[in-house]
Amino acid sequence: METIFFYLVALVTVVSGYLVVRCQNPVNSGLALVNTFFCLAIFYVMLYAPFMAAIQVIVYAGAIMVLILFVIMLLNLGTEERKRYTHGVVWAAIASLLVLLNVVFFIKRGRVTGAEGDVTDFLITTEGHTELIGKALYTDFLLPFEIASILLLVAIVGAVVLAKKDV
Amino acid sequence: MSVYHYLTVSAILFALGTYGVLTRRNAIVIFMCIELMLNSVNLTFIALSRHLNSLDGQIFVFFVMTVAAAEAAVGLALMIACFRNRETIDVDQINLLKW
Repeated sequence: METIFFYLVALVTVVSGYLVVRCQNPVNSGLALVNTFFCLAIFYVMLYAPFMAAIQVIVYAGAIMVLILFVIMLLNLGTEERKRYTHGVVWAAIASLLVLLNVVFFIKRGRVTGAEGDVTDFLITTEGHTELIGKALYTDFLLPFEIASILLLVAIVGAVVLAKKDV
Repeated sequence: MSVYHYLTVSAILFALGTYGVLTRRNAIVIFMCIELMLNSVNLTFIALSRHLNSLDGQIFVFFVMTVAAAEAAVGLALMIACFRNRETIDVDQINLLKW
């Protein structure tokens, strides 16, 4: 059952990812990208990471996509010209196929190993994923957390300055 | 489902994103393809973090999302500024720094 569901969601993910790349209208690309984000949220739920799924939906499918679609509307790119809208297709196809083959080669040949932690599925279901993430963020990763907040502040100021009328 | 299935889906998404970044001419679509690549890497992180029973990968995904949000804000502001000056965001027309 889970296997069938996985393949179904994977198919939808890959098809909507393809639509992001191929759609002529940027708005359609954006909507396909929202679809991809939701499928990835489903994957996160299947991987016992419900907090990440919620963040994915709220931050990516909510905030970032609204920002992108808003800029598309603002710049009035709805009707892209009928002329050639891609370039260098052959070389790009070769490059991305090389990337894909490289990664698949490593996935097929290698074995995934590493330092095992102690956060099992049982712990996540009993204690709660959000609580575990919060504990990790505010103890082990406190400095990166603060740096991320400063980064967001700088990004806000930078966006306001860049988008002003007279730069 | 083993971790390899998730890694394969992520690899396919990453390759699609690469193809989009290299072929499309609209800067916003290129931007969306970059978001697609970031998301495929996030999927890799979470799959491996589940596989290794660790939370570190998920914390990293948290920070990747933060950086992606900052990148979205600054990148779209740059596009607006560019559109205001050049009336286009077609990357073939923005060639002032091209040699």
